[in-house]
Amino acid sequence: MESTDNQLRNGTVVFQILFLAFALFLLSQVGVETKYAASGGFAAQPRLWPAIGVTGMVLFGTAQIVKCWRWPIPAAAAEVFVWIRALEYLAWFMAYVAVVPVAGYLPSTVAFTVLLTVRLGYRSLVILLLAAALGATIVIVFKTGLSVRVPGGSLYEHLPGGLRSFMILNF
Amino acid sequence: MDLLVSALLVLARWDVAAALLVGSIGGVVIGAIPGVGPAVAIAILLPATFSLDPIVGLTALLGIYGSSMYGGAIPAVLINTPGTAVNALTTYEGTPMTRRGEARRALSLAYSASFFGGVFSVVCLILLSPALAWIAPQFGSREIFLAALLGIVLVVLAHRGRILAAGMAASFGIWLNTIGLEPIQYSQRYTFGQSWLAGGIDLIVVVLGLFALSQAFVLLVEPDKRNRANSVSGTLFTGFRELLRNKRVASISSSFGVLMGMIPGVGEFTAQFLSYTYAQKTSKRPESFGNGSPEGLIASEAANNAVPAAAMIPLLALGIPGEALTAMMLSVFYVHNVVPGPGLFQHQLDFVVALYLALLVLNVLVIAFLLSSTNTLLKVIEIPTRFLGIAILTLSFVGVYSLRNSAVDCAIAGGFGVFGFILKRLNLPIVPIILGMVLGGIMETKLRTSMMRVSTPFDFIDRPIAFILFLIILAVVASHIRQSLRNPKRNRNSQHVK
Repeated sequence: MESTDNQLRNGTVVFQILFLAFALFLLSQVGVETKYAASGGFAAQPRLWPAIGVTGMVLFGTAQIVKCWRWPIPAAAAEVFVWIRALEYLAWFMAYVAVVPVAGYLPSTVAFTVLLTVRLGYRSLVILLLAAALGATIVIVFKTGLSVRVPGGSLYEHLPGGLRSFMILNF
Repeated sequence: MDLLVSALLVLARWDVAAALLVGSIGGVVIGAIPGVGPAVAIAILLPATFSLDPIVGLTALLGIYGSSMYGGAIPAVLINTPGTAVNALTTYEGTPMTRRGEARRALSLAYSASFFGGVFSVVCLILLSPALAWIAPQFGSREIFLAALLGIVLVVLAHRGRILAAGMAASFGIWLNTIGLEPIQYSQRYTFGQSWLAGGIDLIVVVLGLFALSQAFVLLVEPDKRNRANSVSGTLFTGFRELLRNKRVASISSSFGVLMGMIPGVGEFTAQFLSYTYAQKTSKRPESFGNGSPEGLIASEAANNAVPAAAMIPLLALGIPGEALTAMMLSVFYVHNVVPGPGLFQHQLDFVVALYLALLVLNVLVIAFLLSSTNTLLKVIEIPTRFLGIAILTLSFVGVYSLRNSAVDCAIAGGFGVFGFILKRLNLPIVPIILGMVLGGIMETKLRTSMMRVSTPFDFIDRPIAFILFLIILAVVASHIRQSLRNPKRNRNSQHVK
């Protein structure tokens, strides 16, 4: 079912209230966090566009809440719990980000895809091998093939000379 | 003729050909996987294209953009799940056809209609190029400001039933774009004394968070799903014959695609809606729509495939992206110091025509690939959704980290990923955030420049194009208000609670 301005999904009101609170906080800071320049016209004011953006957030956010004020509000706790569950995968992602500069792109990526596959409940050897292949392929395509800028891991420094530069350059 | 030769020379390189091939086939594959979509793929690949020539990078991204909807028709027809959001209408006609044993006919029609729409729009645009080259320089700062304002207004109003949420999102995007050091007075805006906010929030980081990471979270959190599609036997060429019998619907639908694509903020959904409605109203069998009507299928696929080429017009001619995918492509131009806008049409028309020709070749490549490999392609539909989530999460890292090797960027992208995840769960719009960021920046710069030459507000619209744009904005807003006042009862009656 499509959620519209006239329909409420579980958790919509919680989101609207949080968004409006954030917008009101930003509006309260507009005088502190932006500057009014004595020189220059209206259009050249550094404050103008942040103020337009924040005012729009407050106005649309308020209108949204006012519009659904009298509607039955569906239970939100279960939905908020789902939002929190997403944080687990954010933590996985950030752990991966932290490990890459240390362990190197290839080992970290293969470990990340395999461990996350296990975490998600896959146990078959085929799918675990596929996960490892996925990690290795991503590294080979992007780092080895397209030379995207991902630094070599500090652990690579302990490898013997030729292999060290090969790993830093390609994986 | 010289222009065409010059454009062909721009394209006649092995790396452009490779980008075109990889982009077009990759786009079809990505489109065929429900839950991925071109926005995720383009967001991830964007930073990787920065090291390539603009024509190579743009060709690869255009390949994905232009071909994903072809691929999206496959699950839409076979398993009642649109591969990309714009294939939703295709399910109305394609699935009933599959249920009554006409899967091959439906796929063949979808391919041929998509091909027709894609080629029709490119031919239109090549023919329109001289006119655009003439009109683009007439756009000064105030006209571009008004066109960007029109884009914002349209993108908000295009979210029928979710206008307030779209307005909220667009305003949020405008605010996001202002964070950091502003370039005139060199003052900090909304940095809260944090050095990592001084440089502002990178558009690509936001795009990757809102589109790629959020989609990974959606796939990882929701229960695992494995789609099954039966293979299709027999030739897929027959659709072209049937398309010829429906050439009126195909041409009008493609024209809607071209027109809607050219208007910033409108895009595929409106084009599809208009062409589908037109096809139904003029059909001899309107009752068959929704029950497997070939005309409905043609209208839907021809219209959405005509949009990508047309959507490049406001981007190339005015530097104004009309939707999220072209907004992402804008960053490729900026990275290479190629400034899209009137100057591009005046001084680098061969580059523009080369892009159009690339789109033309892309359509040929894609149709050849689909006609020969549809059954092989069905395998990707079967990839478990959580496994796809792992792939997107891992790929998102390359996209964000390769920008500046910054863990802070990754954290910001992760934050936007969770925010996008919540928006997706609540079915709230995401695209206006991106357009708010891009168009907000354009409006700020252009308003500042144009006000230097303006003494009274009326001077702002004293040029014909500025005046016309101003009238269009007024008309669009007035017509929306009129519509809302006319149907308040209907709006109230549509209250539902999940």
